[in-house]
Amino acid sequence: MRNSAFFAALAGVAILVFGAAKLIDNAYVFFAGYVVLQYIVLSTGWNILGGYTGYVNFGTAAFFAMGAYSTVALHKLVPGLPLPVMMAFGGCVSGLIGLGTGYLTLRLRGTFFGIATLALSVVVQTLITNWSFVGGSRGAYVVRPDTTAFFAIDYIEYLFLLMLGLSVIAVGVARAIEKSKLGYGFATIRDDELAAEASGVPTLRLKLLATALSGGFMGMAGAPLPYYVTYLDPASGFSLSYAVNTIAMPLIGGTSSWLGPVIGAVLLGTLQQVATVTISSALSLLIVGVMLVGFVILAPKGIIGWFAPKRGKGA
Amino acid sequence: MELDLNLLGNALVSGLLLGGFYAAVTVGVSISFGMLDIVNIAHPAFIILGSYIAYIANSTLGMDPILASILGMPAFYLLGMAIYHIYDVSFERRGDNGLRGLAFFFGILFITEVTLVLVFGVDYRLVEASYIGVSIHLGPIDLPLRLLVPFGISLVLMGGLHLYMSRTFIGRAIQAVAQDPLALRLMAADPSKIKRIAFGLSLATASIGGAILIIIQPVEPSIGRDYIGRIFAICVMGGLGSFAGSLVAAMALGIMESITSTFFGPSWSPAVSFGFLLLTLAFRPSGLFGRA
Repeated sequence: MRNSAFFAALAGVAILVFGAAKLIDNAYVFFAGYVVLQYIVLSTGWNILGGYTGYVNFGTAAFFAMGAYSTVALHKLVPGLPLPVMMAFGGCVSGLIGLGTGYLTLRLRGTFFGIATLALSVVVQTLITNWSFVGGSRGAYVVRPDTTAFFAIDYIEYLFLLMLGLSVIAVGVARAIEKSKLGYGFATIRDDELAAEASGVPTLRLKLLATALSGGFMGMAGAPLPYYVTYLDPASGFSLSYAVNTIAMPLIGGTSSWLGPVIGAVLLGTLQQVATVTISSALSLLIVGVMLVGFVILAPKGIIGWFAPKRGKGA
Repeated sequence: MELDLNLLGNALVSGLLLGGFYAAVTVGVSISFGMLDIVNIAHPAFIILGSYIAYIANSTLGMDPILASILGMPAFYLLGMAIYHIYDVSFERRGDNGLRGLAFFFGILFITEVTLVLVFGVDYRLVEASYIGVSIHLGPIDLPLRLLVPFGISLVLMGGLHLYMSRTFIGRAIQAVAQDPLALRLMAADPSKIKRIAFGLSLATASIGGAILIIIQPVEPSIGRDYIGRIFAICVMGGLGSFAGSLVAAMALGIMESITSTFFGPSWSPAVSFGFLLLTLAFRPSGLFGRA
């Protein structure tokens, strides 16, 4: 399928999803749906770096929260700025952080990048905690605007719609990368970086591109968060559960294709929403951790690996 | 701010003592990451587990936390052997220890943390012992026993491990296993078995590390994460797998953190270690005393 056709198909699916949510006509559907969509964006973004190039990012929370905090800052600096603009801005901020981190560490062995991203989220959290303009450790309240860009629509529906649009873009871009020359470049890095470098693949440049794109999507996913929760503090913005979910979802779904993170996010995201309501939120996180460990041990190719045609020796 | 010499002296001393403690919590990672090339990012979670075991033994039986941790070591050793066995079968033998291996340890870290939250809640826990709260005064310098005792334990632990690694057959085999498994096989040692022992040993140190952590400060399940950056910063700066190097790096970090928190406030001190780690990775990835 060509990219434009694929985008059209995705948009069609998105319209159906929104229509279905509207038909159920219950604000909770939008609340819960927003979180699932947010995880589709996060895990798709993570997978551009993690799944395609094989570099593990444990710092999702840092990128996500920087998007959210850039919205908090913009909200105070420029009142009345439309949310999509803020999302683009948050994406740029996180993309740049990704680029910087990548530049500092990607020349080293892969595991160092993973450790550095773990460190990154604590550094960024410390900075935000000490920055009183965005609320510091006390947190910040964000008042939702009264009006939305589309009239006659609830604010939560507006947020849902924005996140839906962002998921379409993220999934579309991920698939386009996968089928392009860029995607093959990424795959060579994952399979044998030394050989790739030796045959002329500009590995560092490709890795930096992947980090920036991946960080950018995470930042965009985080940007609407202050309007969704209306109160944001460092402990919740930088929660480890974002990092765990974002790693668990692609690994459970399957990292080799765009579909894996989507399956993982829909499945795990919905499961968590249900478990949080029916059991408890701590327990639902435990389920995610156990599923993550279980899948990496027992089903290394994830759910899509169960359906993929058997090849000789897969990557 | 006027530079107060007494304050500076105290900050230096407590930084040095803190550094000794950091060395003890790092030594397990020096073995697993430095010698075996296993990126066990779950190590801090096991240290917290060790803290809670010391806490239970202390609060229910009134046992000394350090004694409790020594009694807990065999259990940690077995746990480490079991985890390594799973890791070996699932990842190392498949040659798949990059992405999935990391995710495996990350999952273990998370499961341990959430389980501790479910069982103990998020309240801070602390232990009681006769030497907590007592200080020795040397002129203007305070030496709290709460820091001095862990420092001593840490030196004993590091010295003991150093002797074990350099004098015994298994110790030397552990040092060799990451470098040349084939040569090790020719010496009639099974690399898997050696690594299993080494990983067990590395987790056993987490039992001691946990006990001295809870002597130094109150513990809640998520503070383990603060130690990830510290531990890996020290391990990398010390030159992966060198005990002496990591002791020096740990003391350097301890002093820097202590000075930062004395003069700029404790809320900045986590950033020191992580900044330190990022800079080390960026400019000196083979460590200050690197041999790589």
